[in-house]
Amino acid sequence: MNLPFNAQLINLFAALLLLLSFAMLTQRRILSLINLFAMQGFVLVLSTLVVAYSTHQDHLYYSAVLTLVLKVLLLPWIMHRLIRALNVRWDVETLINIPATMLIGIVLVIFAFNLAAPISQFAGTITKATLGIAIASILLSFLMMITRRKAVSQVIGFLTMENGLFFAATSATYGMPMVVELGIALDVLVGSLIFGVFFFHIRETFESLDIHHMEKLKER
Amino acid sequence: MNVASGIVFQVLQSVLVVLIAPLMQGWVNQCRAWLQNKSGAGIWQPYKVLHKLFHKDAVLAHNASPLFRATPYILFGCMWLAVGIVPVLATSLPFAPTADVIALVGLFALARMFVSLAGMDIGTSFGTLGARREMMIGFLAEPAMLMTLFTASLISHSTSLATIVETLAHREFVIYPSMAFAAVAFLMVLLAENARIPIDNPSTHLELTMIHEAMILEYSARHLALIEWAASLKLTAYVTIGFAIFVPWGIAQAGDWVGLPIALAALVLKLMVAGAGLALLETLSAKMRIFRAPEFLGTAFMLATLGMLTHFLLER
Repeated sequence: MNLPFNAQLINLFAALLLLLSFAMLTQRRILSLINLFAMQGFVLVLSTLVVAYSTHQDHLYYSAVLTLVLKVLLLPWIMHRLIRALNVRWDVETLINIPATMLIGIVLVIFAFNLAAPISQFAGTITKATLGIAIASILLSFLMMITRRKAVSQVIGFLTMENGLFFAATSATYGMPMVVELGIALDVLVGSLIFGVFFFHIRETFESLDIHHMEKLKER
Repeated sequence: MNVASGIVFQVLQSVLVVLIAPLMQGWVNQCRAWLQNKSGAGIWQPYKVLHKLFHKDAVLAHNASPLFRATPYILFGCMWLAVGIVPVLATSLPFAPTADVIALVGLFALARMFVSLAGMDIGTSFGTLGARREMMIGFLAEPAMLMTLFTASLISHSTSLATIVETLAHREFVIYPSMAFAAVAFLMVLLAENARIPIDNPSTHLELTMIHEAMILEYSARHLALIEWAASLKLTAYVTIGFAIFVPWGIAQAGDWVGLPIALAALVLKLMVAGAGLALLETLSAKMRIFRAPEFLGTAFMLATLGMLTHFLLER
């Protein structure tokens, strides 16, 4: 096996991305979850930079900067402020079965790797091997949204999914067009602001951020 | 390579590791003391403890069976053999072909079984409790350990540690993403197997939560000294297995006298860094409840499995 060094570096970052996805899946504390999210964003920035440098795709530099500003700095900062305002900074989710979640996670990873194998055989990009990891991290963030009960961690799952999608776009076709990327970035930003407002409303109505209270349809 | 110099290297490595293992323990304790703003007992303290223990008279319980007496020697022998097999200073030692990584894990399992049996032998409740906990940790840690080692063997197409080291050390430098997973998993197994902080606290002496200490509570004098020495040997063995798989650079060939000083310097440097890192890790984390241990080791197993999967995805 003799991949060029930058491809090795991209593979390493891809592996780190998957590692962080699993870490987030099994993390109980909301504060650590946000820090892991910021770290994942940073790994994404690094891998995008390496791809941009080694393929001379200039627009990828812009999207790397965009990711850095948005997902490493701005969104974690908003999240930190939110959990402080909501007073859930030290909250711990008590009811998730971590071993079972991890086993489902491994099954998802195997599924994603198998799914991506035929696609990446036809791809000519330097990042073709990482498509499986991108799909796996998207599926893992789905899993995270399904298994979590607290609204804040569900939203973090949603944002992580966006990380996975971005990585998939980078690894399959060297990134989306700039307009689409800007649009998505704006969507994520506005989305998280709206989610912030929602959190307060949810808590005002149900006196808790546990979304299980919302499953009852009756008024009282 | 001629046989005589191979044997010289083997003896050199075995004796050296046995002698510096307590030093490693002392270094970790000293680093931890510094990190906690204490002055610490100095890095030579484990030797003083061993010296003291060897000069005391052993006390045995009335109902102790021969197994209880034999266990310290078996334990020490297992660990000594283990550090003889692991390529610490040099690869392709005469002992190396006797056991591959699977047999090495079996060797640790043998030692664990005897310690657990000895813990239950006297019949105190503490000993039984510790033995049961130890077996639980062991059966969870072993598969994770094996999966980690398999990830390394997949890369070098061999389960022999010497071959793994040679493949990784003397080839052109390649980043293996699967090794990142394996390294994290290995670190978690190392902490669990050596009774370090997230699973067990090595510095407690009478607590309901202790595991390793609970099993050896009935031992005294030379028996205790051997067990303590074996514990530090086990730590050194695990750390050097970690070096062999993840940072094999600087290791010498058996019979290569020129490479020996470099290998020695590299070993000391690596041990110092690893000891300081271990102390830092132990200072930063808190001990978990015993029922969290399956989760911790399950994570290690999962990471090792992921490492194998990423190997198939990225490195073929």
